[in-house]
Amino acid sequence: MSGGSGGKPMHVPDAPHRPGDEAGFTEWPWSPGDLGRPGTDCQASETLDLAEGLVRVLGDDNKSSGEWDPKLTSEEMLMGLEHMMRLRIFDDRMMKMQRTGKLSFYMRSLGEEAVAIAQTMALEEQDWLFPTYRQPGAQFVRGRDMVSMICHCIGNEMDNVKGRQMPVHYTYREGRFISVSSPVGTQFSQAVGVALASDYKNLDEVTITWIGDGASAEGDYHYALNFASIFQAPVILNVVNNQWAISTHQNFASKNGNFAVRGIPYGIPSIRVDGNDFLALYSVTSWARERASQGLGPTHIEVLTYRAGAHSSSDDPSRYRPSDVHSYWPGGDPIERLRDHLKEIGKWSDELQKELSERIDSEVMAAYKEAVKFGDLANGPYPSSDAIFTEVYEEPPWHLMEQWEEMKKWRDE
Amino acid sequence: MPNMNIVESVNSALDTMLSRDNDVIIFGEDVGYFGGVFRTSDGLQDKHGKHRVFDSPLSEGGIAATAFGMGINGLRPVVEIQFADYIFPAYDQIVNEMAKIRHRSGGEFWCPVTIRTPAGGGIRGGHHHSQSPEAQFTHTPGLKVVYCSTPYNAKGLLISAIEDNDPVIFFEPKRCYRGPFYGDPHNVPTWSGHPEAEVPDSHFKIPLGEARLAMEGDQCTVISWGAMVHVCEQAIKNSGISCDLIDLQTLVPWDREAVVKSIEKTGKCVIVHEAPKTSGFGAEMIASIQERCFWSLESPIERVTGWDTPFPHTTEWDYMPGPDRVAAAIAKTQEE
Repeated sequence: MSGGSGGKPMHVPDAPHRPGDEAGFTEWPWSPGDLGRPGTDCQASETLDLAEGLVRVLGDDNKSSGEWDPKLTSEEMLMGLEHMMRLRIFDDRMMKMQRTGKLSFYMRSLGEEAVAIAQTMALEEQDWLFPTYRQPGAQFVRGRDMVSMICHCIGNEMDNVKGRQMPVHYTYREGRFISVSSPVGTQFSQAVGVALASDYKNLDEVTITWIGDGASAEGDYHYALNFASIFQAPVILNVVNNQWAISTHQNFASKNGNFAVRGIPYGIPSIRVDGNDFLALYSVTSWARERASQGLGPTHIEVLTYRAGAHSSSDDPSRYRPSDVHSYWPGGDPIERLRDHLKEIGKWSDELQKELSERIDSEVMAAYKEAVKFGDLANGPYPSSDAIFTEVYEEPPWHLMEQWEEMKKWRDE
Repeated sequence: MPNMNIVESVNSALDTMLSRDNDVIIFGEDVGYFGGVFRTSDGLQDKHGKHRVFDSPLSEGGIAATAFGMGINGLRPVVEIQFADYIFPAYDQIVNEMAKIRHRSGGEFWCPVTIRTPAGGGIRGGHHHSQSPEAQFTHTPGLKVVYCSTPYNAKGLLISAIEDNDPVIFFEPKRCYRGPFYGDPHNVPTWSGHPEAEVPDSHFKIPLGEARLAMEGDQCTVISWGAMVHVCEQAIKNSGISCDLIDLQTLVPWDREAVVKSIEKTGKCVIVHEAPKTSGFGAEMIASIQERCFWSLESPIERVTGWDTPFPHTTEWDYMPGPDRVAAAIAKTQEE
């Protein structure tokens, strides 16, 4: 095969490990305390070491240290632990429901529980969340009832989006959790608009949004960085680099494997953070919120983590990566790390952990039983199919009214 | 009442809405300091401030996404896509996001955005400054699609679009900005003295979904929108055949009642649009008309459209429907 450049064939990247390969990662050279916490008014160029490095707070010794230590109270940390455990147990239960035909589809956050939970806890109640399908945990922080979440996933008559969206595509306006959309990346640029509207109204509201490493290859990612920078939007732009977009490794989205540095040429202070380190995530997000709130504009954050589970219930990662690969991830497991830290500082024990786990499990089970009272996937009741025609427009125009009548005729006769 | 061309009446509509509603915000490429390449936002930044009328990066996708975010967070953005030909980088944001958000969120979020965009040919713009892509939006549930044709309806429809709580794509026939277009490129009239150029300075609305009867007759119903309305007017005059001329104004939802009423009277119908024939909005109308008016029709419905080709540059007069083609179609409907 001859090519254009000296006969070199076209370069097509590959993932570092494939099924059958021995999995492993190079140990991280970064430790807690390596990187300083700059003033919130720093220039983008001053954050190069933060973007090329990795902000960590929780060390391998389970202690917290360094300038980025947010010094949370043990109550705050225990709340974070509980939210993360709730998400994992909830996900496990929902996945079992999917496997037994009680949900059409499901997506877990396994290994990434800290991301939305720590980051949302670092924000204020009035701040807007513009998530992907991998940040449902933010809703626990904002107080959403699990029954309502399960009803959405089933698509039963209590589903607040009326059976219109696939499971996990939550909307929760009360918690300022904006509707999840399947086309990946669209929310990233929209979030800048949400933030600019808050600015326009002169409100102390910050918008946080997330995008995956894969979707960062979409135009929307670049629209977002440019608009956020040009208009100095109070927005926190997170690239959750969990290494995988279904089967596509992050090296199809970035040549050098670093997403954080991309913010710097856009003039946006940028940080890479250990996405499995609850305290580090909390801390960088607080810093970013402070910047936004002070009128200093956007912050770009790469959240370095690993998608420990499948992309979705329809995916089988053993087809494209070694099945145990996530267990080698240098960032470990976010729940175990915060748990071990709490144990280290004498605020937690295996016994308390077991009790909490059992309590959450029974709460999830109770929520599930409550939710199916409003209908299950096989038998309903489902939302009225009238909802096919409502809310397409504020008021249905004549052509929808006619088609609605026709649908009712077939349905009701 | 002042005499305005479409540039001035669009400007007047924007000015009116900026003055009435603090949630109205305007942005797009060149719309701020410069006032827009067609001058439709001239003077508005000076009058209303840089935070309400501003330039954006050259990024149609980013403009649409930002407008979406502002819209769901309580503002009422009016954005300009400089030419309809350049709307496609924003297509995903319009079709999958703006059009779906009210429905997909169970009504918890909605997006009252108006996207204004100059469309259509006749300015020697070649294939990337001349297209009329309305049908690419009429096929999307959740969008309203408007196509103005005169100074008066430009203002009245634009105010309705801005006040509407659903996303509206608002097409402006760029060939008619400064004068009606009767199909003769050598005859360049202005709007001065035209009855549809009498436009109130104040707030007024033309409801979305209502057609305008531009001419009244009883032998044929001619339906069109945008610049072609004026071509049809000329064709009807040339043909000597008495026609109803329906300016559709809104394509989604379109005024079927007005169309049915006219065809029941005339028994004949010609549909005229600049956009390509295949899957054009005329095809949708013909299907609906035969459902409702089959037994009133006395001859096959005629269709005069742009060709199924890219829009040409120097040969555009052989592409765009002109009065001769339209008049021939009207005459054909009258054959026994």
